[in-house]
Amino acid sequence: MSPQLIDLTALDLGIAGALVALLAGLSWAGRLGIGRSLLIAGVRTVVQLLLVGLVLETLFAHATLYWVALMGAVMLLVAGREVMARQKRRFAGLWGFGLGTAAMFLSSFSVAVLALAALVQPEPWYQPQYAIPLLGMLLGNTMNGVALSVDRLTDGAWQQRELIEGRLALGEPWTAAIEPVRYDATRSGMIPIINAMAAAGIVSLPGMMTGQILAGTPPLAAVKYQILIMFLITVGTGFGTLAAVWLAARRLFDERERLRLDRLT
Amino acid sequence: MTAAPRLSIRGLRCAVARWPALDLAAGACAALAGPSGSGKSRLLRAIADLDPSEGELRLDGEARSAFAAHRWRRLVVYLPADSAWWAERVGDHLPAVEPQTLAALGFAEDVVGWSVQRLSSGERSRLALARAVALGPKALLLDEPTANLDAATTAAVEGVVEERRAAGLAAVWVTHDPAQAERLGAQRYALRDGVAEAAEALA
Repeated sequence: MSPQLIDLTALDLGIAGALVALLAGLSWAGRLGIGRSLLIAGVRTVVQLLLVGLVLETLFAHATLYWVALMGAVMLLVAGREVMARQKRRFAGLWGFGLGTAAMFLSSFSVAVLALAALVQPEPWYQPQYAIPLLGMLLGNTMNGVALSVDRLTDGAWQQRELIEGRLALGEPWTAAIEPVRYDATRSGMIPIINAMAAAGIVSLPGMMTGQILAGTPPLAAVKYQILIMFLITVGTGFGTLAAVWLAARRLFDERERLRLDRLT
Repeated sequence: MTAAPRLSIRGLRCAVARWPALDLAAGACAALAGPSGSGKSRLLRAIADLDPSEGELRLDGEARSAFAAHRWRRLVVYLPADSAWWAERVGDHLPAVEPQTLAALGFAEDVVGWSVQRLSSGERSRLALARAVALGPKALLLDEPTANLDAATTAAVEGVVEERRAAGLAAVWVTHDPAQAERLGAQRYALRDGVAEAAEALA
């Protein structure tokens, strides 16, 4: 904890919470219909963040590789479930969950381990204060890329099945027949992070950097961390998207290069 | 010793229909008839290996399983009733089409610059045929290619396939028109209760 950090009191949080309650009250008075969901979301924020705070405090106190890995695995499974839930047409069976999860595991975990062991180099390398937030940011962004791109791929293949089969019927290999759909899918998975990099610092101050500055880190030190994180997120999202799109496209065709939309639910 | 047939089928079975036996020599033609929805298109798709199927298929004596799937489909081309056009211009879909084929189907050479959007359905099916034969297939599976064409254009389509048959192409036509099967000099098959059997006359 840096010396400049001003710890927040319960009163500080209470006042901010009262403002949210006031907003909900106004919404109720004006019949805007969002007061209820506003309050529920506010309560969820408090409960969920307190819980994760407790988990992190405990984890920091027991900084063994075993516990850090367990936490990482839980985060990965939750992200995998989220990817599956966002699919309009998901793969049937284990593939529905396994495809996105495998892609995220391959990219996020390897990028996180690389960043910890080779770049940031905390002591030990899995020190949870670094490992968990890093993995969280990587997984969160990779999850978006994977979810968007796989959804785009499967939906695109569904919409364009006649075109794809038309090309197959003319003797094109499956890779050529799915190429335009795959191009679209990869693009839609990568565009958000490319936009985020392009807008960073001008349109928006990235949340992590803002947090570090609030916590008393000198701005240039925070900026260096933010640049590193942006690059890592891009690499993680990129490789995750490429892996997911490749796996999903492969799964859409069988060993005789037939389009198998029956593998989607 | 006789040469192996260009296309031979034994015990073909897809999800909805069967074709127990067919032998087509080079240049020969089979006509398949049957009520709509009986699975004629599905049988053609199964022959082209676009749908999963069982059975033994051979091209010039070589088993289908010995071909990479896309290689098989390049040699045994399925021409669906509704053709697929994925690019902007006609020419993007037919890289090496011969001018005389286009002329026989009533198109000038500048058709390659036409926008796909502006094609009529009749133009689409004729151009789909030009595109399919441009691949130089050994067998062509035609799914009612003349269903929405007038008599003159039907004759043009038949003429283009005839010409290719003279060069050894084997053809399987799905057609409802007994006169067409007659003109083609086709072996006749009828799909009844999910089984394609040799028929004396088309129902």
